[in-house]
Amino acid sequence: MRARSIRGMGTLATAAALATVASACSAPGEGDSGAAATSAVVGIAYEPETLSPLLGFGKDGNSKIFDGLLTHDADLKLKPALATALPKVSDDGRTYTYALREGVKFSDGKPFTAKDVVFTYETILDEKTNNPSKGELDAIESVEAKGDDTVVFRLKYPYAPFAERTVLPIAPEHMAGGQDVNTGTFGSNPVGTGPYKLAKWSKGEQLVLEANSGYWGGPPKIERFTMAIIKDDDVRATRLRSGDLDGAILPPNLAKAFQGSGQKTYAAKSFDYRTVTLPTGNKVTGNTAVRRALDIAVDRKAMVDGILEGAGKVAHGPVPTDSEWFTEGTERTYDPKKARTLLDAAGWKPGKDGIRVKDGVRASFPLWYVSGDKLRQDHALAYASDAKKIGVEVEVQAGTWEVIEPRMPKDAVLAGGGSPADPDFDQYPLLRSDLAGDGFNNMGWYDNATVDRALKTGRESGDPAERKAAYDTVQRELVKNPGYTFLTHIDHLYVVDDRFGDLSTQVEPHDHGLAAGPWWNVEDWRP
Amino acid sequence: MARLAGRRALFAVPVLGIVTFGVFAIAAASPFDPVKAYAGTAGLSASQDTLDQLRANLGADEPLVTRWWNWLTSAVQGDLGDSSALRQPVADVIAERVGWSVLLASAAFLVAVLLGGLLGVLAARRPGGWTDRAVTSLAYTLEAAPPFWLGLLVMWFFALKLGVLPAGGLTDTGTTVVTADQVVRHLVLPASVLALSQLPWFVLYVRQGVGDALQEDPVRGARARGLAERTVLLGHALRSGMLPVLTLIGSRVPELITGALLVETVFSWPGIAAATVEAATAVDFPLLAALTVLATIAVLVGNLLADLLYGLADPRVGFDG
Repeated sequence: MRARSIRGMGTLATAAALATVASACSAPGEGDSGAAATSAVVGIAYEPETLSPLLGFGKDGNSKIFDGLLTHDADLKLKPALATALPKVSDDGRTYTYALREGVKFSDGKPFTAKDVVFTYETILDEKTNNPSKGELDAIESVEAKGDDTVVFRLKYPYAPFAERTVLPIAPEHMAGGQDVNTGTFGSNPVGTGPYKLAKWSKGEQLVLEANSGYWGGPPKIERFTMAIIKDDDVRATRLRSGDLDGAILPPNLAKAFQGSGQKTYAAKSFDYRTVTLPTGNKVTGNTAVRRALDIAVDRKAMVDGILEGAGKVAHGPVPTDSEWFTEGTERTYDPKKARTLLDAAGWKPGKDGIRVKDGVRASFPLWYVSGDKLRQDHALAYASDAKKIGVEVEVQAGTWEVIEPRMPKDAVLAGGGSPADPDFDQYPLLRSDLAGDGFNNMGWYDNATVDRALKTGRESGDPAERKAAYDTVQRELVKNPGYTFLTHIDHLYVVDDRFGDLSTQVEPHDHGLAAGPWWNVEDWRP
Repeated sequence: MARLAGRRALFAVPVLGIVTFGVFAIAAASPFDPVKAYAGTAGLSASQDTLDQLRANLGADEPLVTRWWNWLTSAVQGDLGDSSALRQPVADVIAERVGWSVLLASAAFLVAVLLGGLLGVLAARRPGGWTDRAVTSLAYTLEAAPPFWLGLLVMWFFALKLGVLPAGGLTDTGTTVVTADQVVRHLVLPASVLALSQLPWFVLYVRQGVGDALQEDPVRGARARGLAERTVLLGHALRSGMLPVLTLIGSRVPELITGALLVETVFSWPGIAAATVEAATAVDFPLLAALTVLATIAVLVGNLLADLLYGLADPRVGFDG
């Protein structure tokens, strides 16, 4: 930071030198941001630490600079990208074979081959690679190239959603192979096969993408796509209003102000849920009657209307109500009266202060949320207020993850998550009893043998009907014994200039990637 | 002069050693976990195995003294290590950003000193007069205004209402070339806000210093001799009134740095301030230590410069003192 104390003549000299250097590398005539419809500038809130897929960039697909073997269409169905078709899966579900597209080149002109695929997966799985998401590839036993155009994955166990994991971007071995994977220049100067090339990344300021004219899928019409990195919501809204940006992600209250002003607002549906963990190790939250009472005592609709200003929907489980995986009939209606009856019947009687007591245990527990997260705070407070009405005391407390983590076995946490690609991705780590307390997996220490079995079937079976039945079982069990109180699914709001026409959004996960929002398919925009 | 500078340079060595150790100690005692910070949201779905692997790779389980010593010995040999928060070598992080921060801070400082000096002298000329009252109340108002808020305010006014200046960034959003005229246009608002946030202090000190000097005998004598008001004010009063200001300039550096931090955030200025925040919250030892060394050097050099200037401005002050 801070060589900024150089003053007096030093200051002038530095400033002058900088100005000279800066002007020396400029080309006259360039530098016009231009309102032409061949370029777009959007404001995003989050900047990736790295653009290297080997360190986790773009792991859920759609990374713009890179392609995976497969990718998602608008409805989140898998379709081939660097592969020519969806993979051939062996009968035991443990061998996946991909045929690769021929003639694909990286944006530096070098050909893409099966070796790059093997390199990418093996590097991520390497112990020395600091990729925090590598656990998602846990099923892989080996990955092997057969010639230049075929790749074969062998799995340790049958894993039905494995194809979803192969949307992971492929890095070129000839570029990324020769350097330190964790700190090398590839992370800030990436080369891929995708529709865009990185033109410039000024960290903390902007990321500029330029159309890859040699893209195998045809060159994009939007020739220059800039993502301005603006962390503060108000600043982003201000710069959108000043015309500096063509689009931006905004929180609901700020997005509302843009209605009917030459911009369109898009609400991307998501799997992004907020839930309260009810740890089994706590005498109150571990009690099934209390869990069920809380489940029907929370006014989810009021949370959607009040906290989310309508931009979201009620959640009855990890699966959103409009997903094809949702189990009809598992909706819970708001019924505090029934909740009270339930608690009365289970022997939780109101004490002197109105808080229920059973066998000397007060119906009271702490609920933590990550400090600084307004949305989680609001959810936690609403939850506590609803619980109070049925005689359960919830003490809302804020802290960092470092403070919260050691308390997770006993205290409730306002958690978030959500991954739309496959129900296994969310539910297996969230509900499997043998993953309880493993890192941030199964934070509620949920323990239900029926659910465990169903999760295994859902993961291993290659038969879609059997899988659907398994996840139906999980959702029905969550009604009988809810180890979490699911509250809402949150819409992500984007405002984009009209001149780009009608755009679409994908169903989005909990994480906000770079390529989420209406610009998920910017390469297909035809303004 | 050379002796003073040399002695200070020698003195800086133990100071830097102590400061970096302090940084490592404080960071180690902080509740932040470098592994969680590194993993980010991915860490919230990572298994314990992955987290353990990361901890080992990042060297986050080594004791404090070992880490500090390893960092120090390689830093002395010119290897500043790798930043875990930004996934690149620390030297690259600094090289990419420091120039823009220096440009912003020095432009702001220059404006603050010049404008502050001018306003201060104007106010000191007639204590209690309307200029004085206007200038001091402006200074107190600015003192109370947080730079962050000031930033949003000027952005709203100049970028949104008037549309004359860009609202943020280093260049126009959407370009890949950095041209001097663009940088200058984008520099105006952040540098002004930073200058304004530093201004009150200069104004008030210069006003006080010059005001006091005007009451002193040499000045009264000069006036009595019938010298022009301008000569009296600039030649005599300002010269002796500036002395305390010069000494205290060095101590302003840390505040300039914290001010720049907020301003850089508001205006998406790609300087090094944002990296500092990230380094701190991510317990990114190598980056944090390197940045702290830079800041310490900045303060030390600031003090040295102030002393040298002091000597030049007032020949009675020797350099050996």
